[in-house]
Amino acid sequence: MIEVKNLVKRYGDNIAVDHLNFTVEKGQIYGFLGPNGAGKSTTMNIITGYIAASDGEVIINGHNIFEEPELAKKSIGYLPEIPPLYVDMTPYEYLKFAAELKKIEKKERKQMIDEVMKLTKITDVSNRLIKNLSKGYKQRVGLAQAILGYPEVIILDEPTVGLDPKQIIEIRDLIKSLSKKHTVILSSHILSEVSAVCDHVMILSKGKLVASDKPEELSKLMVGSNTLELTIKEEEAKVREILNEMTEIIEFSIHSSVEEDAVDITLKTKQQIDIREKIFYEMAKEKCPILAMKVSNMSLEDVFLELTATDKEVRQSQLILENQSIESKQNEEEQEDDSNL
Amino acid sequence: MIAIYKRELKSYLTSMTGYIFMAFIMFLVGIYFTAYNLTYGYSHFGYVLSLSVFAFLIVVPILTMRLLAEEKRQKTDQILLTAPVRVMDIILGKYFAILTIFTIPIVLFCFYPLLLSRFGTVSYLMAYTSIIGYYFLGAAYLAVGMFISSLTESQVIAAVLSFGALLVSYMITGLSQFISSTAFASFMGFSILIIIIAVIAYSMTKNMAFSAGLALVLECITTILYLYKATLFASSISKLLNVIDLASRYENFVKGIFDVTGIVYYVSVILIFIFLTVQSVQKRRWS
Repeated sequence: MIEVKNLVKRYGDNIAVDHLNFTVEKGQIYGFLGPNGAGKSTTMNIITGYIAASDGEVIINGHNIFEEPELAKKSIGYLPEIPPLYVDMTPYEYLKFAAELKKIEKKERKQMIDEVMKLTKITDVSNRLIKNLSKGYKQRVGLAQAILGYPEVIILDEPTVGLDPKQIIEIRDLIKSLSKKHTVILSSHILSEVSAVCDHVMILSKGKLVASDKPEELSKLMVGSNTLELTIKEEEAKVREILNEMTEIIEFSIHSSVEEDAVDITLKTKQQIDIREKIFYEMAKEKCPILAMKVSNMSLEDVFLELTATDKEVRQSQLILENQSIESKQNEEEQEDDSNL
Repeated sequence: MIAIYKRELKSYLTSMTGYIFMAFIMFLVGIYFTAYNLTYGYSHFGYVLSLSVFAFLIVVPILTMRLLAEEKRQKTDQILLTAPVRVMDIILGKYFAILTIFTIPIVLFCFYPLLLSRFGTVSYLMAYTSIIGYYFLGAAYLAVGMFISSLTESQVIAAVLSFGALLVSYMITGLSQFISSTAFASFMGFSILIIIIAVIAYSMTKNMAFSAGLALVLECITTILYLYKATLFASSISKLLNVIDLASRYENFVKGIFDVTGIVYYVSVILIFIFLTVQSVQKRRWS
């Protein structure tokens, strides 16, 4: 469907996209994930033919975007980061213009515009000037423009920015329903969004593709620990004592809880071990009620941070982690000393 | 192209800009028309038009300033450049839109000589060649304005630059008279021009060796030519400068001559600036 080969984009000495290679298959939702300035928008702008690349090629449906731009662009619908709206038009006029621009047959135009407006729920505002619409509606008009003509590939640059939570869910559902007929590429710096919507995640950092896989597979990449969050109705010292005796726990930290007479605990174990039952029995034995227990699945976030951090940042965060664990051990020892006295 | 043409035309007609442009031209020509033709009974409408040529310096930037600058600032150029249309079609659509707005007052001007003929004999030939010349002159100015609008993201800068460029073009014949017509002066003028070309080349390519080489080669050629045949240079710099004077070509039309070279000149200017606008938009994609 889309083949990106050895794509490079330089701005002076600055490399925005650094030898990017990937292919996009039909009927799936792809997510570009990366921190700000990772090259997501630049890559999308190149794929859609808005800007040219310094090197490499992009082939869409067998057409090279640089050599046969008109043919390649025909199969793409694009919603850029800032929706390209003419604010002195109404959404209906704007979509009519977009339809003409996309060379949609005259007799199909009206029906198609109506369909797209219904899909993106902008029929109610179709006769108001775009400049008077809220950010969420503007975003949807932009989205309607991208879907118009039902191109085979729909590229959305941060489609849910500026929308309220209800709208975000609606747009996500819409994107999911689009994937039945279209290939969708979207970008985001919000992890939960990508993992909720996409079949395939590509993590970009500094213009390089650092990981490309299914969201589940990506979480598995992260070898390391399971994290468990607990709320226990008991005094801190007692809990500490119990937990210290469990050898499976790599580290834990105790904070005060919003619940009365209770403490919140975050603990980490090795990945293969499920410690929940053991904790239940141990706590029950000591008559410490467990108010809440949940496995926190932060691993995709960890993968993301790990992959996108610069070496320096990684070292720093590791240092911080080490310091924390040293401190917590020291605290434990001190407390042990206290209790011995 | 038609989609862009329609949108652009509609946006001029739903906002103030188009009307301000038309009103200003009509107002100014109207004043001269009332004064010279109606009050003093001068029968030549072309004279009125030639007096109001300076109006272009003000109204052309009004019409062209937002043409491409605003698209860039609002990022609406993204929908145009990612749609399956050629850049050339986008630019042509835009150019024809402003040309259409400009055509409206011209069509109205065509009635003025008819109006005058009620009061005496009017040379239709002179009147209508003047109107045709006026139209082509305006069209050429619009192309220049459109090109300048493609260079910047700011409407204000585009307007000021267009005004400056048109002003220089308007005054260049007068200014070039101050330049000494001796061969040596022209030689110096060319040398300065070569340096300017080299600086522009450097700012575009960022390649020191290339622009320095270019300057050196051109400078050598002019020096050799100067030493070999100095008479070639006499008053050549002012001749060269006069090439950019669009308004002086209009004089023939006012005299009632359907000046084909003038038409060719204006059409060439229009084509060159449309081409340059396309290149300027394309260049942005590469940088």
